[in-house]
This record gives sequence, C-alpha cells and structure tokens, in this order.
Amino acid sequence: MSATMTSSTASSSGSVNRASVADQDWRKIGKWGGLCTLALVLVSLIGMPVGLDRRILIHPVLSLGYLSLLWIPLMLGFVVSKRVELEGVESPEPGGRDLVAGALTGLVGGVGMAVFMLALNTFNIRDPLVNWSPQLLELLNYGRGLGFGVAAWIVACCVLGLLGSAIHVVSADVRRVVSFSAFGLLAFAVLEGAISDLSEGFGLEFLTDSIYAKRGGVTIVWSIVLAVVIGGVSVLTKGRLKAAKANYSELEGPERKRASRILFVVVALLIVILPLFLGTIMNELLANVGLFLLLALGLNIVVGLAGILDLGYVAFFAVGGYTTAVLTSPDSPFFAPELHFGITLVIVVVFAGIVGLVIGAPVIRMRGDYLAIVTLGFGEIIRLLFMSDWLKPYFGGAQGITNVPGVDLGFITIKGTDPRSVFYLVLVFCALAIYISWRLQASRLGRAWMAIREDEKVAEAMGINTVNTKLLAFVVGAVLASFSGAILVAKVGSVFPNSFMILVSIIILVVVIVGGMGNIAGVLVGSFVLIGILGGPRQPGLLHEFQSFKLLIYGALLVFMMLQRPEGLVPSARRSQELHQEEFLQDVWFKGEEHEAEEHEAEEHEAASHEGSDA
Amino acid sequence: MSVADDAAMGQAPGGDRVALLEFRNVNTHYGAVHILKDVNLAIYPGELVCLLGGNASGKTTTLKALLGMVTPTSGDVVLHGEVVNNKPISYRVENGVTMVPENRRLFKRLSVKENLVLGAYLRSDKDGIEADLQHVFELFPRVEERLSQKAGTLSGGEQQMVAIGRALMSRPTVLLMDEPSMGLAPALVQQNFDLIQQINEEGMAVFMVEQNANMALSIADRGWVLQTGMVVLDDSAKSLLANPEMRAAYLGET
Repeated sequence: MSATMTSSTASSSGSVNRASVADQDWRKIGKWGGLCTLALVLVSLIGMPVGLDRRILIHPVLSLGYLSLLWIPLMLGFVVSKRVELEGVESPEPGGRDLVAGALTGLVGGVGMAVFMLALNTFNIRDPLVNWSPQLLELLNYGRGLGFGVAAWIVACCVLGLLGSAIHVVSADVRRVVSFSAFGLLAFAVLEGAISDLSEGFGLEFLTDSIYAKRGGVTIVWSIVLAVVIGGVSVLTKGRLKAAKANYSELEGPERKRASRILFVVVALLIVILPLFLGTIMNELLANVGLFLLLALGLNIVVGLAGILDLGYVAFFAVGGYTTAVLTSPDSPFFAPELHFGITLVIVVVFAGIVGLVIGAPVIRMRGDYLAIVTLGFGEIIRLLFMSDWLKPYFGGAQGITNVPGVDLGFITIKGTDPRSVFYLVLVFCALAIYISWRLQASRLGRAWMAIREDEKVAEAMGINTVNTKLLAFVVGAVLASFSGAILVAKVGSVFPNSFMILVSIIILVVVIVGGMGNIAGVLVGSFVLIGILGGPRQPGLLHEFQSFKLLIYGALLVFMMLQRPEGLVPSARRSQELHQEEFLQDVWFKGEEHEAEEHEAEEHEAASHEGSDA
Repeated sequence: MSVADDAAMGQAPGGDRVALLEFRNVNTHYGAVHILKDVNLAIYPGELVCLLGGNASGKTTTLKALLGMVTPTSGDVVLHGEVVNNKPISYRVENGVTMVPENRRLFKRLSVKENLVLGAYLRSDKDGIEADLQHVFELFPRVEERLSQKAGTLSGGEQQMVAIGRALMSRPTVLLMDEPSMGLAPALVQQNFDLIQQINEEGMAVFMVEQNANMALSIADRGWVLQTGMVVLDDSAKSLLANPEMRAAYLGET
C-alpha cells in the first residue's frame, strides 16, 4: 500500500474533459483503500461478524454479520469517487475513471482482508485478541477453505467498491430507485421484529409468515418481490413528497393553520392508536424511547437553548426515581408513606427543583469546559451517595428499593408488565414536555437563554440576570428529567443506584447532538433513531443484536456527525447557518478580495462582510 | 427618543445643568491592581462626549463601571443624581444607560428581530416596544429588510446598525459606545460616526470610548484623555484638537 501512496501523481482536477481511466489520483485511492482494510479488520476483530452471524437478513445468503463487513467497501467506493463541487471549477463528468477508482479502492481493501485472513490462518494471537479465532476464519472463508475465502473477498470487495462508485455514474432516477429498493429491503430485513409484531396486531400474520423464513430473514423470493415493489413505489412517488411539502409551505394564513391542524390531528391519532396494535415488546420499546425522549427534551433546554453543557444530567433522573421509590414503595427502608403516584409527582417536582438549585448554584457561574467537568462530578456524586453505606438506611444502598407499585389510576394500574399503559403515561408527559419546550423557545425567557448561549457578557449588558436565568434552565431541565425517573421507577418497580451511571448522561447528550441541538424535532428523531433502534444504556432497541457494540456505534456515530453533519440529523435553520457560515464568509471574502485591499486592519471576517453591504 | 423628558430632567432649577451620569472620584481595582484613579466624569443630557486614551489606560473599565459590570472600590457612580454603585446592571439599563459593545457583538445565531427585541428585554410594554422597533426601522431602513436574517450573516456595517438599534430598544437616555470604529473599514467608520451624530442630534447623550481620536473629536462636544487610569486632559473637543500635547500623543504629530 505504501507503494501506491508514494507513487501519487499530480491531480487532474484542472482538466475539463472526461479524464482518462488510467489517470487516477493514486494517493486518494491508497488512503481510502487503506481505510477500507483497517475498517474491515477492525470490525472483524471486535467480533461483529461472528456475533451477528445468527441474525439472518436475507435467508439464506446474508446475515447481519456479513453485512457488518460488506457495507464498508461499498461505502468507501462511494466516498472515493465522490467529488467536491467547486463553484466556477468545471469538474469532469463522472465516468469510467470513477468506476475504476471505486473498484481499486475495494481491491485494496479486499487484498488487505486477504492478508488478514492469511495471518489469521498462520498466527495465533488469541491471547490479547479474543476474536482472533478459527470461527472468524471459518466465517470469512464461507466454510470453503482459505483459498476460496481469499479469492472471494478480493473479488467481492472489488465489485462492491465498483458498485459504490457506480452510484455517482448512473442517472439520478436510477440512483433513486436503487437506493430506495436497497434501503427499503434493508429496513424490511432489519425491522423484522417490529413488522411481524405489527402485522400480528392487524391480523396479517400470513403475510409476514411468508415474507420471513422460519429462522428469520426475508426469503430470497420475497427479497426480489419487495425490492421491485419498493422500487416501483419510488418511481410512482417521485416528486410527490416534495410537491406536497412545497404546497404546504405555500399555504398562508388560515389555510396553513388548518393544514397544520389536520396534520397534527392525524399524527396524534396515529401515535395514540398504533400502540393498540403492537405487542408487548414493541410497546416496551416505545415506552423506553418515550422515557429517553423526556430526558432528551429536558437536556435540550439546558444544552441546546441555554448552552450549559451539563454532563451530570443523570443526577436529576436519579432524584426523580429515588423520590418516587421512597414515597410509594412499602419496602422503603426508612420512611415509607406509600403515597399515590400523583401526589408523589408533585413532591418529585419540588425535590428535583431543589436539587437543581443546589447543584446549579455553585456551578452555574462557571463556563464551558469547567462547568462540564464539575457537573460530571456532581452526577457521579449523586449516584455514589445513593449507593453509599452512609445512606443505606434511607435508600437501601446497592440493593436499592424494590416493590415500587405501579401508577394506580382507579380503572387501571400502569405497571411494567403492561408496557402499553406505560407508553401512554410517557406519551402524556412527552406531549407536555414538547409543549413546554415549544412555548419556551419563543418566549422572552427562551430568548434570554439563547442570548446567554450566544454571548453571556452582552446578554448581561442587556440587563439579563444571567445567573438566575441559567439556573432556571437548569431547574426546568431537572424537573423534566425527574419526571422521566419517576415513570421509570414506577414502570420497573424498583430502583438501583447503578441505573444512573454516567453513561446515561452521555447517551442523552449524544441523542441531543445527533438529533440536532436546540431543536425539538431533532430531539424526537434522535431518540427514535438511537434509543429505538440501537437501544438505551440498558434497554434493548430494535437491533438488540448490537447490544454489545452499542457504545462503539454511538461513539462512531458521534464522530461521524461532528465531522460531516455537526448540525444534527434534523438541523434547525439557525444552527445550520451558523455552522456553515464560515464557508459562506470565506466565499464572500474571496470574491471581494481585490476591492478590499486597503482593509488590512480589519479582521478577515469583518472585511468579508463589508463587501456585502457596499455592493 | 424622549427628548423633552430628558431636557426637563436634566435642567435644574437655576439653569445649572444636572449630569445624567457621573463619576465622582471613582477608583477601581482588579485584585491589587489599581485601574482607575480618582476619575471624575460627567455626562450631560444631549451631549456627545468621548473618552480617549491608549491601550490599558482604563477606558473599558470606565465603561464597565458606568454600566455596572465593575463596582468602584471608592467614589460614586451617580445616575440622575442617585448613587448607583451597588445597583445591578438591570437597574441602570432600566434607567436609561445602555451599552453598544466593542466589535458590535450581536447574538449571531439569533435573527435580527430577536436581537432587537432582546435589547428591550427589561421592558414589558408591548406597544412601546413595537413603536421603538418602528423607530429603529426609520433610522435604519436596511435593518427592516434583514429582519428575519441571522445577525451573524449581516455585513459589518449592517451589524453596526443592528447593534445601535438593539441599544436604542431599551430607550436609553445615554448611550455608551465602546470603540465604535473598531474593526470597520474606513468608509464604514465615517458612516458610523455620521450615525452616532444623527442619534445624538435627536437628543440622546452619547459617551464613546475611542482610539481614533481625530475622528471622535471631530464630532464630539467634549472629551477626556485618560492615561494610566487618570484623567489628564478634560476640555472641549476643539481645544483638545488644538492641544499640542494631545496632538503629539494621539494624533501622531510631532
């Protein structure tokens, strides 16, 4: 590989015509091919292929284990032939050159994989690397001997790289159909559990029974049918969604209001009715998503609106949980008034508010990193206090408090054994939290929070009492988290200090960041994608096979998001503008450079912006 | 804005003018470092005054003490005849003191409108706020066009307009301006000073801290020169411009 790296030739970006096939950017291919190898080996060695092999996606040819490897050359083939669109520089048409680049990248990865397999066959370093196992080799060989395996991987990676780059070469329509089919089929395969569950609720088992093989996975025949159907649907719906969206945004005044209202009612009805058709597992999952959504909405106020990077957010979750447990459980060791959940909730709010003030008051005067570290500490302190022998007589130490009753509503008792009822309870609180967040965002207080996030000193000069305003954000966040804790404890029926590890704080923060900070829709999407699909710190998601790799995926996702899409999955217009503003300003600066020659004193971005005003 | 009120408030019964904002023998310290030393200043209604001085002469500290971000260790800050040493910033803002910070420092990710409304944070009279918004639009028609744009995407000149507009939204009687020419192109500096003059002509007292002495003195009524925390010159702008010492130190003449 080092040979390809060093033999890099001059880039051909200047040529306008279709570049010749042999004229490749070798350095780029070497880089991405090397990355491909690294990724393949890494994924193999962390045990994904073996661990996930039992989850079959397409019966009998594709398991999740193989998919965990195969997407890598495909993805990197796509990346290597992707072009940066530069305004004013005419880039050559995508063509044969890109296909070759993709195939070569895959080839480098495939060769790397082959070398890895040979090493796997020859050496035994299983001692430090637990996954360096004959099973892995067997799996990579497809059980047909080393020679076959090596050849298969080289060819497969090469072809996948080619396919990845082909995505750029084909027309947009083809791209659309193919990607719809592929992702649709993947969704069908991955969401098997959810789809079966849903079809059972609607009495359509016969359909899913024929789609999915007995041991799991879509059958080959149905894969083809589904791919064709989804592709067909994508052709039929082409442009419709966009048109509908454009129509909607064109509406004005009362019509817009009416459309919004109808949309709202439809979505609300769907959310309320759907769980009735879902089984226990899916409802459990939705309830977990709701609990984390509640937490994420709270943290979104603290981090997204007020800009306070609170890493000890789990403390309030714990306070809500423990308060509920102590006040409702008959087994509470010291003080067991066995109150009703409703009354408890009021006390929970008060307690969470007080703890928010107590923790907030000393830390709120700090900024940025310092505040983050101190809150991180407080988060752990709260957990350790609940765990300590000192407070054991009150909170049960590591054994926690058990036998917490469900929520008695008179006609029904909401308990973990009936996750549907828990979901509805969570739904009520989420709706409330969303409403509060939404109203706060547009309020005077919300503006003050954003002003503090933007520039605390200036906010102070506007007459905003920054300390009190920030404390208020802290307290509102704390109260929302405590609700989530209270419901969790009523759901699970017990509370243990180890449910409130630092990890919970981190995961909620990742949910907020990945979804889109300071943005309610983003937080919603983030919770569904991360908690619903990957799972929470202890709660399994749809892909429960990923349980042991969850944190790795969270981390990788976070890195990827920070690099590629820092505004989150659902960016608020505001944030996206800010993050891409630098590029924008640089553009203006370049264009205005010659007119601004005298302005050497002004800062670069200042210089950039004037040009706009003078023009 | 409320010119008549200001005049009435500032006009003491004997014809003697009463200062809007005043420093009486103010001293400030950062830790053990003595920054301002027995500074006396007075800003009268409708005046345009400037504070000149080199780096580290205490200009910004003066501003901070006027607004309440720094509390004097001795001496008094007097607002409308009342000692306000220990009053919070919000009290001074409510009573007519507002600052336009150095480098404008808008809330970049918020819209222009949100920036302006935040200027009126301490006010709750919706109609009054709306009227003042209109007043800002009259002063700066450009700002109205950019109302829903994020403030960070505006040009430097526009940002300056929003920064001044934001300050006006609190209905100040005295505007404190920290280095209004800082980081602006020469053409824009001129435009900026024209703006300041225009606002001043409407009756607002303006107190500006400047490094660009020539420019500042050309529009100001009076000025002070601060050196290592002490007021070394206190005179009308005309005499300061003519003062040889001044010319040597700040106007680059020998």
